[in-house]
Amino acid sequence: MVKAIEAAGLPVVHMCTVTPISMTVGANRIVPTIAIPHPLGNPALEKDEEYALRKGLVEKALKALTTEVDGQTIFDN
Amino acid sequence: MSKIKVVHYINQFFAQIGGEEKADYPAELRVGEIVGPGQALTQQFGEEAEIVATIVCGDSYFNENLDKAKADILEMVKSQNPDIFIAGPAFNAGRYGVACGTICDAVQEELGIPAVTGMYVENPGADMFKNKVYTVSTKNSAAGMRDAVKKLAPLALKIAKGEKIGASCEEGYMPNGVRVNFFEKERGSKRAVKMLLKKLADKPFETEYPMPSFDRVDPQPAIKDLSKATIALCTSGGIVPKGNPDHIESSNASHYGEYDITGVMDLTEETYETAHGGYDPVYANEDADRVLPVDVMREFEKEGVIGKLHNKFYTTVGNGTAVASAKAFAEEYAQKLIADGVDAVIMTST
Repeated sequence: MVKAIEAAGLPVVHMCTVTPISMTVGANRIVPTIAIPHPLGNPALEKDEEYALRKGLVEKALKALTTEVDGQTIFDN
Repeated sequence: MSKIKVVHYINQFFAQIGGEEKADYPAELRVGEIVGPGQALTQQFGEEAEIVATIVCGDSYFNENLDKAKADILEMVKSQNPDIFIAGPAFNAGRYGVACGTICDAVQEELGIPAVTGMYVENPGADMFKNKVYTVSTKNSAAGMRDAVKKLAPLALKIAKGEKIGASCEEGYMPNGVRVNFFEKERGSKRAVKMLLKKLADKPFETEYPMPSFDRVDPQPAIKDLSKATIALCTSGGIVPKGNPDHIESSNASHYGEYDITGVMDLTEETYETAHGGYDPVYANEDADRVLPVDVMREFEKEGVIGKLHNKFYTTVGNGTAVASAKAFAEEYAQKLIADGVDAVIMTST
């Protein structure tokens, strides 16, 4: 789906936990996430800590969307 | 002659430990045990080979703790010193297929023990490892177990015995890019004309030189000014309004959903859930923002970090869903996104 969206003309960032799959599929902007059943959360954390974690990850995704890339890039810091 | 020693790797599901709620099961070595699909393999082996140990590992555990899982499993395999390592078959289970490919590759590279696995051609593990590990092509569900084992067992025996491995179409593994010279019975011109005649007659024919598919899309330019951009959220994690009004299937989805989130500030347990049948739904059902981060996007919108969160999200279940379907869904909704003036997309996957 990321490829079809990008091919249609929209920049897209893929947020996922198993980044090798995303690389194989062909996403260009990739942000690694926490875990398969809760990519953007962590139920072990307090509500506010979990929210901060999610906010940080989405911030990375937004940064990825504003960054020019040559080819497949994993934004892991 | 002593029997060929086999170590077999399976996931928590095929070991009958449990489904997604047990996918975090750590790697475990069971010496002398033949578990699940190992029974069918053993039947096929006859007197030639035996499974000396089975390694069980949860799919999420393997993929989320890749380095540790790999190291632990390598130790387990090493301790059994088998003649061959077999993983799966994984059919269309994505994380399982990736685990099978990864561990087979590691066993070959680091222990020098040959390995073989099996999965469905669209399993992401296939593209990742078929050139490194003999990967038998299976059906897309465990209903194809008999078939899979019939190909997997003989190939494993041949590899273990160091026999010559025939072409992919003869042995049933996926083409791995290795070319072998041989003499055809008929000369090239004759074969070409035959092929052309078949083509003209609209009959099926098989090319001798398939074109490689470079299935890559160039990245789109970056967003210049985020504070003016409209960002849309999309997911393959199956987030839907509570009750799944459009009945998106829990696996092999036949359609996607488009849902209006105008005025929705936060996805709650009462209002949203996941339809996905391929991961433990407890966490997403408790708080769907863990998959589709509407709450933080609203905050970024309020703070002016982004111009706007698009008022619709697009969702489907990426669980055993055909690549062709997923592509068609996104091609369709990408046009809607563009028509609605969306500038960029965040896609989340589980």
